[in-house]
Amino acid sequence: MSSLNSLYQEVILDHTKKPRNFRAMAEANHKAEGYNPLCGDKVTVYLKIEDDKITDISFQGSGCAISTASASILTETLKGKTEAEAEALFESFHDLVTKGEASGEAAADLGKLEVFSGVSEFPARVKCATLSWHTLRAAIADSTGAEEAVTTE
Amino acid sequence: MSTTSEALEKQIVSEAVTHRPPHTLPVLPAFDVNAIREDFPILKQKIHGKPLVYLDNAASTQKPKTVVDAICYTYLTEYANIHRGVHLLSELCTKAYEDTRIVLQHFIHARESREIIFVRGTTEGVNLVAHTFGRKNVGEGDEVLITALEHHSNIVPWQLLCEEKRAKLRVVPIDDNGDLILEEYERLLSPRTKIVAVGHVSNALGTVNPVKDMIRMAHDRGIPVLVDGAQAAPHLKIDVQDLDADFYTFSGHKIYGPSGIGVLYGKAAIMENTPPYQGGGDMISSVSFEKTTYNVLPYKFEAGTPNIGGTIGLGAAIDYVEKIGLDVIAAFEHGLLKHATEVISDIPGVRIIGTAKEKSAVVSFVIEGIHPHDIGTILDQEGIAVRTGHHCAQPIMDRFCIPATARASMAFYNTIEEIDALGEGIRKVKEVFG
Repeated sequence: MSSLNSLYQEVILDHTKKPRNFRAMAEANHKAEGYNPLCGDKVTVYLKIEDDKITDISFQGSGCAISTASASILTETLKGKTEAEAEALFESFHDLVTKGEASGEAAADLGKLEVFSGVSEFPARVKCATLSWHTLRAAIADSTGAEEAVTTE
Repeated sequence: MSTTSEALEKQIVSEAVTHRPPHTLPVLPAFDVNAIREDFPILKQKIHGKPLVYLDNAASTQKPKTVVDAICYTYLTEYANIHRGVHLLSELCTKAYEDTRIVLQHFIHARESREIIFVRGTTEGVNLVAHTFGRKNVGEGDEVLITALEHHSNIVPWQLLCEEKRAKLRVVPIDDNGDLILEEYERLLSPRTKIVAVGHVSNALGTVNPVKDMIRMAHDRGIPVLVDGAQAAPHLKIDVQDLDADFYTFSGHKIYGPSGIGVLYGKAAIMENTPPYQGGGDMISSVSFEKTTYNVLPYKFEAGTPNIGGTIGLGAAIDYVEKIGLDVIAAFEHGLLKHATEVISDIPGVRIIGTAKEKSAVVSFVIEGIHPHDIGTILDQEGIAVRTGHHCAQPIMDRFCIPATARASMAFYNTIEEIDALGEGIRKVKEVFG
C-alpha cells in the first residue's frame, strides 16, 4: 500500500463523508472545545459521564479528513468506556500515530483506530489525528462545562 | 561611468523612448526559464520520487547560488563587526553592508540611502512604525485604518497600539472578488485617522491594491500611509517616491534573499522626528547616565549588531532580480497566473478564491468537500509544494466563510509544465476522495 493510500484508507474517507455521532448534546455534563491554530481545525467534544463511565459521546466541528474521521471513530470507540479506559486508549493511539505502532496496555483494544497507523508517515498530520483526543481529555477534566451545559440547555 | 558614456547612454535611452511606437508594450528581453532554474540548485531535487514543483513562493522563495555565495564570501573572507573597527576587515565589511543600503535605495527608488532601515522582516518593519511613529501620534479616540486584506502582521501591531492608546482600529471592507471597496475607504478616512496601513499585494488572494490612489486620498487629508510590500517587492517595480508612501516595508526571504532581513523605508523628514525603536549600541551618538543623544538616520533605528551576512545576501538577491528586470518578471509571472487560473478553473468542483481585477501570481482555491489540508498532503506526495491554511489572514477566510484555502503562488522560476502538473495533482486529489 502506498503511504498515501495508507493515510486515506476507505474507513477514514467513509467517516469523513459521514461522520458518526456528529451532533451537539443537550444533556452533556462535560464539554470542551479544541482548536488547531495551525490549520484552523475546530472540534467540540460532548460527553455524558455517569459513575466514571462515558454513557454518551458526540462531537461537532470542522476540519480535514483526518481530524474529522479521528473524532468520528473516537466517539464510536469510547461509548461505554470508563475514563481510565479512555485515557489508556489515548496513550496507545498516540503511539500509533506518532510511531506507527501502538504500545501500552490498550494496544490490543484499538480496533478500528488502527486505520490511523499511516498518519505516522506524515508528521505534519499527527495533530489532526490527535486534536479530538486532546479535546476529549479536556472535556473529561472539564467541570465548568457541565454547569454551562446544564444551565444553557 | 565617465560623463561621456553616461551622456551617450542617456541619448540612447531618450532615442529609444522617442522611437517607441505608441500603444504597444515594450519589447521584453528574451527570458529563458530553464537557464534561470540552473541558478536555483534546490529546484533540481525530487520529493517523494517526483520532481519538485515549488509553488509556495508567497510563503518564502528559494535562493539563487549568488545569494548563498555572497553570504559565504562574507563569513569566509570579509567578516568583522561593522561601524566600529579601524581595522581593514571591519572597513571592508562596513562597506559591503552600506553598499547594500544603496542597492536597496535604488531598488525602491528612495530619495536618500538614509531612508533605508534594515529590519528583520516586514513584521518588524510594521512593528517599528507602530511602536515609534504610532505611539507618538496615535492617542485616545484616534483611529488607525487598515484593510480586510491584511496579513496578521499588519493587523496585530496596530491592534496592540490601539489597545494601549484606547484608539480604534477601522477596517476597509472587500467585495466578493477580493477587491477593496474604495468608496468605503474614502468614507473611513476621518479627521481622527492618524495612519493608514495597507498591503500592496494580498498574500492570501493576490489582489494588487491601488496604493498610489489610496495614498493620494489619505494625503489629501494629511494622513500618512504605511505600505506592507512583502508580497509586492518580489513581483512589481516599487517606486516609493512615485507612490509617495510614507513608510514601505518588505522582507528579504520573499525576494530570493535570506530570512531574518528586511527593509523599512521611511521618509527622512518623518523618521527624523520619530523617536527611536530599540535602545543599544550603534543607535546612539553619546551616552551618559544623565542623557543619551541619538545617532542620525538610519542608525537611530538600527540598534545593536545587525544581520550583516543577511543584509549582504539580500543585496545579492536584489542584484539578481534587477539583472532579470522586474518588467520581465512581471510579464512572465502574469503568463503563469493566466495559465494557472485557466487550468484550475477547468477542473469541476474547484473554486478560485480571489478574482480581483489586478492580481499577482497567486491562486487560492478550494475543492468542494475536501479540506485544504488534505489537498496539501496529497499534492505533496506528487512533489508539489503549496501552502494550505488561513495564510495568516484569518479575517479573509471569515469573509469568504471558509476555514482555509490551498494556495499556489508562483515565481519566475516556475514553468507552464509545472502548472500543468498542479492541474494533474488536483485531479489526483479528487480521485483519492472519490
